[in-house]
Amino acid sequence: MAISADPLNLVICGVGGQGNILLSGVVGGAYLKKGYYATIGETFGAAQRGGAVFSAVRVSKKREYGPLIPDGQAHLILGLEPIETMRLLQKYGNPNVVCVTNMYPVIPASVSANKESYPDIEDLKKAITDLSSKAYFIDATSIALELNAPIAMNIIMAGALLGTKQIDLTPEDITNELRESMPPDRLALNLTALERGMKAIA
Amino acid sequence: MPNIAKLESGSYYLLQGNEAIARGALEAGVQYSAAYPGTPSTEILTTLASVAKETGIHAEWSSNEKVATEAALAAAYAGLRTISSMKNAGLNVAMDTLQHINLATLGDQKGAMLVVVADDPQSHASGDEEDTRWVAQMANAPLMEPSSFQEAYEMTKYLFDLSEEFNIFCWLRDYTRLAHSRGRVQVGEYKKATKKPKYDRSKVFTPYIAPPKHAILVEKMAKIRERFEESRFNAYEGPENPELLIICCGSGAPCSRDAVEDLKLQDKVGILKLGTLWPFPSRLVVSHIKKAKKVLIVEEVDPYVETHTKAAVADAKLADAADILGRGSGHISYVGENNPDRVIAALGSIFGLKYEARDADYEKKINDIAKPMTASRGLIWCPGCPHRASYYALGNAIKRDGRNAVVTSDIGCYTMDIFPDGPQVANTLHCMGGGVGEACGFGQLAALGFDQPVIGICGDSTFFHASIPPLVNAIYNRANMTIIVLDNAITAMTGFQPHAGSGRTATQEATPTVDAESLCRSLGCRVEVEDPFDTKATATKIQELLKDDNGVKVLFLRRKCELLRQRQEKKHPYKVWVDTEKCKGDKCGFCYRILQCPGIGYDKTTGKAKIQEALCAECGLCADLCPSKAIMKEERA
Repeated sequence: MAISADPLNLVICGVGGQGNILLSGVVGGAYLKKGYYATIGETFGAAQRGGAVFSAVRVSKKREYGPLIPDGQAHLILGLEPIETMRLLQKYGNPNVVCVTNMYPVIPASVSANKESYPDIEDLKKAITDLSSKAYFIDATSIALELNAPIAMNIIMAGALLGTKQIDLTPEDITNELRESMPPDRLALNLTALERGMKAIA
Repeated sequence: MPNIAKLESGSYYLLQGNEAIARGALEAGVQYSAAYPGTPSTEILTTLASVAKETGIHAEWSSNEKVATEAALAAAYAGLRTISSMKNAGLNVAMDTLQHINLATLGDQKGAMLVVVADDPQSHASGDEEDTRWVAQMANAPLMEPSSFQEAYEMTKYLFDLSEEFNIFCWLRDYTRLAHSRGRVQVGEYKKATKKPKYDRSKVFTPYIAPPKHAILVEKMAKIRERFEESRFNAYEGPENPELLIICCGSGAPCSRDAVEDLKLQDKVGILKLGTLWPFPSRLVVSHIKKAKKVLIVEEVDPYVETHTKAAVADAKLADAADILGRGSGHISYVGENNPDRVIAALGSIFGLKYEARDADYEKKINDIAKPMTASRGLIWCPGCPHRASYYALGNAIKRDGRNAVVTSDIGCYTMDIFPDGPQVANTLHCMGGGVGEACGFGQLAALGFDQPVIGICGDSTFFHASIPPLVNAIYNRANMTIIVLDNAITAMTGFQPHAGSGRTATQEATPTVDAESLCRSLGCRVEVEDPFDTKATATKIQELLKDDNGVKVLFLRRKCELLRQRQEKKHPYKVWVDTEKCKGDKCGFCYRILQCPGIGYDKTTGKAKIQEALCAECGLCADLCPSKAIMKEERA
């Protein structure tokens, strides 16, 4: 059953360059078309590639909410990278939060430099599960690499989000948004990516 | 992004704040737009440029914000509706022009001019948290600040009309959380504007002689103040006689609504949202303060509304005036941007309420489990970025030179050099053109006994923006210095905007390329060019230039931004892999510790370097530089 909350606070987080902005626009746009107020908060622009980035998608039937979610009030965190789910849980997590996480790590420069360490994937899964009411995991980057399109990972995650049935959007809602937001020659690939993401969770 | 010219009147769209402003400008009949890219303002011009051909409007990336503003002003003199948009720091560049305009008026051809200044509270992408609202007041420009996407669109249209009516430019304050967030906007009708520009040669428009013109401007502002006292952009919601009145503007409005809702204070707290900030609607504010016991001001960054509110209350000589809380009282910090939690904390303190975002158990788990697992993710150059190679070579050259060269840097992706994860080669870094400007000073200290070599850094776009006057100064005043132009062929940091050296305009039309290299030669500088990926040749050349005491030397380190290259070529130049037999792992760590490329990292399981497949650009730089020759590269067909 889909999460019933108004406003519904979705956090989409990842690493700059992973396609966070397109993904939040697709989800927010789909809600808008269904008659909701939708607001998306994000920051970008200063060479954020490689840095931690996130979007806040706030959806309501009542009124327009601002682009920032109050601390501890996320209903769902869609993480495009595992330690980014951890990072955003720290700010917006609560015992009822649902997490959907792409478990393919993007190693930060601090870890590459062996100044900090990257946690073990199984430990990460356990911790995310422990900090949420329901946790879904998917290796979306590996699926994207199989499709020979690492860039489509974000749309695989949109599919995973649909697969959880935790939000009130249908595959058609997302497909319509994709049709509007990308050139026709890239649509087929992204529809396949959406499908693969849904199957990976369902 | 939807095509902003093809939105259906009456329909709702999810628009970025900057897109909402662009759509408002189109509906208002804008025909001329000019800007220099700067986060978070960039997308206003990008959006207008994307529809320039079909709408017949002019859209340009100007060399800098001052030029953009002057160009837009000229178009207003010729009777058009014009827009100049910039970030907070860009305003500082444009200010000399802006300060004069409203004394001189916009001429007699019924033009109109809107200036949009995008502030960046929290400095997400800026050197400071400059609050530009004070400056609108200084320039005597009517100032509005939207608190929603719909308002951004509507205020834009309104301010064009106000500008034409009073024959002065108007000011819209944009800010990061509006500019780069997206929300619902119901748009109106767009009709193509077709006014033909002209100028009456018998007329002169100038601020000279200022005092009588100033008097006229003061009268205009008094009339606009009356208009603003009644404006639909100021609105109150809440009980008739609130225990606490929140006076807010911009992002303060949604944050205040959230906070009041979360603390269930709807019966006690009223919210007066102001949209018109200069001239300040003092009477309106006082009329609401009279009904309240206490007042809290929620705005960002400086106490601008707070100062005007206190002045309005003092002028009104209220008996038993409510306390005015905010920055002065310590309830809200002077530093950083608004968020709901900041207002929740202020309300909690005023009402003596205890609010916890979540229970102590969960908080403990976060501290015990989540925090230790979350490695920091600092900003660093993309895999394949030429700046990584340039700074590596520069660092080596300075070391080998051994005379403690001073490096003055500038604004661009290369700014990341000074960030915590960067190599930190530069010594000072301020603003556009500041690298070459400060080098002028260091470069003239030899007569006073200074014996360190001097290097001033700029980018290609920065060169055209603000580095040419200091370059001229350096030559004129016989500074001894080396300028390094990190030429990646694009304004990369703000999203790949073309510039005077690109050979393309904002609307992607071919245009003459301004050749920075020839320009420097014509000024009499020694000019050299290297590919930074040839790090040896680059370092050797820098060493050679540091030893050349003969005035101003300019070294162009030329290599295309890797993201731009990938967009154009759509493939990697090499296949790159690690030979784990040869790799010395953590005993060496050159590729991941020194080069700090996100495309390669330390692999705990093997104890060796490992290519991060999803990230590596396969540029081959690490293969060229690996001390053990353990990283292999093979050219792709």
